[in-house]
Amino acid sequence: MTTSLFFVQLINGLQYGLLLFLIASGLTLVFGVMGILNLAHGSMYMVGAYLAWYFVQQTGSFTLSALISAVIALLIGIVVERTLIQRLYRRNHLDQVLLTIGMIFVFNALQSILWGNDPLGVQVPEAMSSAIPLTEVVEYPVYRIFVALVCVAIAFVMYYMINRTRLGMLIRAGESNREMVECLGIDISRLYTIVFAIGVMLAAIAGVIAAPMSSIVPGMGEHVLIACFVVVVIGGMGSIKGAFIGALLVGLVDTFASVLLPQLSSMMIYILMAFILLIKPQGLFSS
Amino acid sequence: METNKQLLRTLLAGAVAATLCIPALADNAEPIKVGVMLPFSGIYAALGDAGRNGLKMALKEHEAELHGRRIEFIEMDTEAKPERAPEIASALLDQHHANFIIGPVHSGVAMGMIKVLKDKDTIMIIPNAGANAATGPLCAPNIFRTSFSAWQPSYPMGKVALDSAYKRVVTMSWNYGMGRESLEAFKESYTAGGGEIVKEILVPFPKTEFQSYLSEIGSINPDAVFVFFAGGGAVKFVKDYDALGLKGKIPLLGSGFLTEGTTSAQGPSAEGIKTTLHYADGLDNSVNTKFRQDYLQMFGKEADIYAVQGYDAGLLIAKAVDKLGGDISDQAALIQAMESTTLLSPRGEVSFSKAHNPIQNIYLREVVDGVNKVIDVPAAKLEDPARGCKL
Repeated sequence: MTTSLFFVQLINGLQYGLLLFLIASGLTLVFGVMGILNLAHGSMYMVGAYLAWYFVQQTGSFTLSALISAVIALLIGIVVERTLIQRLYRRNHLDQVLLTIGMIFVFNALQSILWGNDPLGVQVPEAMSSAIPLTEVVEYPVYRIFVALVCVAIAFVMYYMINRTRLGMLIRAGESNREMVECLGIDISRLYTIVFAIGVMLAAIAGVIAAPMSSIVPGMGEHVLIACFVVVVIGGMGSIKGAFIGALLVGLVDTFASVLLPQLSSMMIYILMAFILLIKPQGLFSS
Repeated sequence: METNKQLLRTLLAGAVAATLCIPALADNAEPIKVGVMLPFSGIYAALGDAGRNGLKMALKEHEAELHGRRIEFIEMDTEAKPERAPEIASALLDQHHANFIIGPVHSGVAMGMIKVLKDKDTIMIIPNAGANAATGPLCAPNIFRTSFSAWQPSYPMGKVALDSAYKRVVTMSWNYGMGRESLEAFKESYTAGGGEIVKEILVPFPKTEFQSYLSEIGSINPDAVFVFFAGGGAVKFVKDYDALGLKGKIPLLGSGFLTEGTTSAQGPSAEGIKTTLHYADGLDNSVNTKFRQDYLQMFGKEADIYAVQGYDAGLLIAKAVDKLGGDISDQAALIQAMESTTLLSPRGEVSFSKAHNPIQNIYLREVVDGVNKVIDVPAAKLEDPARGCKL
């Protein structure tokens, strides 16, 4: 592999990893704070992508579409938490898995009814449709660099929010001892609603910004869900920092494996996961 | 949803018929049972919908040729899951006693169905799945295909690439049956004419992270790239090819599925891509024009290849029933009637080989303004070699 190709693949891997982080962060946040295993998380990614497509058709503006989609996702998160998830806090994980698998079917059916089954596409916003030449042939699209930067920015905002704000303090407190938080007069159920809604919104934002560089198809959420679980398990269930490192690892390993070990590439991220769990059974940064 | 409603209706109709047991409705008036095994949910749902639409449209249009026999549809969702295939196929065969079973889209499902239906008392018509084996080693008198063998659309592209003076080509596909067979068919004609495949890339199915592979292709810088991808993966591949700057520098060739039913999602990235297939939206013949108009009117969307293949499955049933005057009780006669039928399909004339695979034209198309425009016919009346078939 030449140096320039190595460099290009490095960027590919980082960019894929950052997008994975954005999707996985919501999953790990909800698990870490609320102890809820949300299998329907991938569906939120799908919903984000479909909403982005729909509102681009309606408004003609990608930015506007992204904002509307994020707000709708937040509302979906609030409604789902208030009507369904709230009933499951005292139940075991199996019940949560059953409910959230059911939600996958509901969201898939809604998607099919509302938007049909044809593959859809969103064009890259005009302002970012150019590309930077990397080698003689290969270019790197500006939009994909923008996506990577958005993911990094969101990672920083989450880090700041959790470590430096009152909400973050409550989240951390709720994570370690929910009874004590309740005793201190904090409305824990409201906190949970907020956290769940943010988790949903993060997945949907990932779907929105991925829309122009992917194909919007039925079942897109399920594929991404598996990679997300690998990321979360590697990083340690519930750890945002772990999800960040885990996502970059998965992104890089997957990218380089597909070039260097094409025969093994489909299982490399699982081998990575198994290897890390052998050394650290709770994941890299378990909370 | 439609499936459930249809199923319910079928069940109700069955229940009513059973309780009333009207003796007047004997023999000829007994409905022809058509089992439909297509994916109505999951990644291939759009293909299943189109196939069903085409099938129903053909049987409605040609109602007069059914000699008064009603068609009763029994629809089953395969979800494109091979493991479900034997169970559903058995149900259609043993419980519902389907006269015809139309399906599937996915080649893996086709293998499961054939295992159950081979040499049984029903006719299986494959309206998409292209696995060579279905009309090769696994061929059977009661198995027909109205679509293609994987070999057919890709084989003529080798010659096209040579004619364009492309000497070094990279091929790429998902690592599954249809993908590998497409690449092999291209390779067969391309290397026979002196072309060189510099690299063959097989991506794990259904992965759609293509960036790393495309970066590698960029560093190899071949004369052209030949690929097989379909559906959502095709959309992503074509967009990535453009985004990473390969478009316009390295010509992209493909099996026609790369740009079937996907060009609106691919947008400007698809412009100029050349593919070979047994159909093209812009095909200029009166059957196709009428078919596309009627389809648009009935279903509110543009027809694609999957709709055409479903339509031809319906057409094949109608023609055979007509030939036999409505009496399909003799399976040997029915098979003989189907074998000898020539369909006036939207894709042109289609007849059947000994292995029951269509003999058809393969068109070279180029995407112009989002439409697959025919620019040449590199293979007329192309017959699959049916390697391994003893019929």
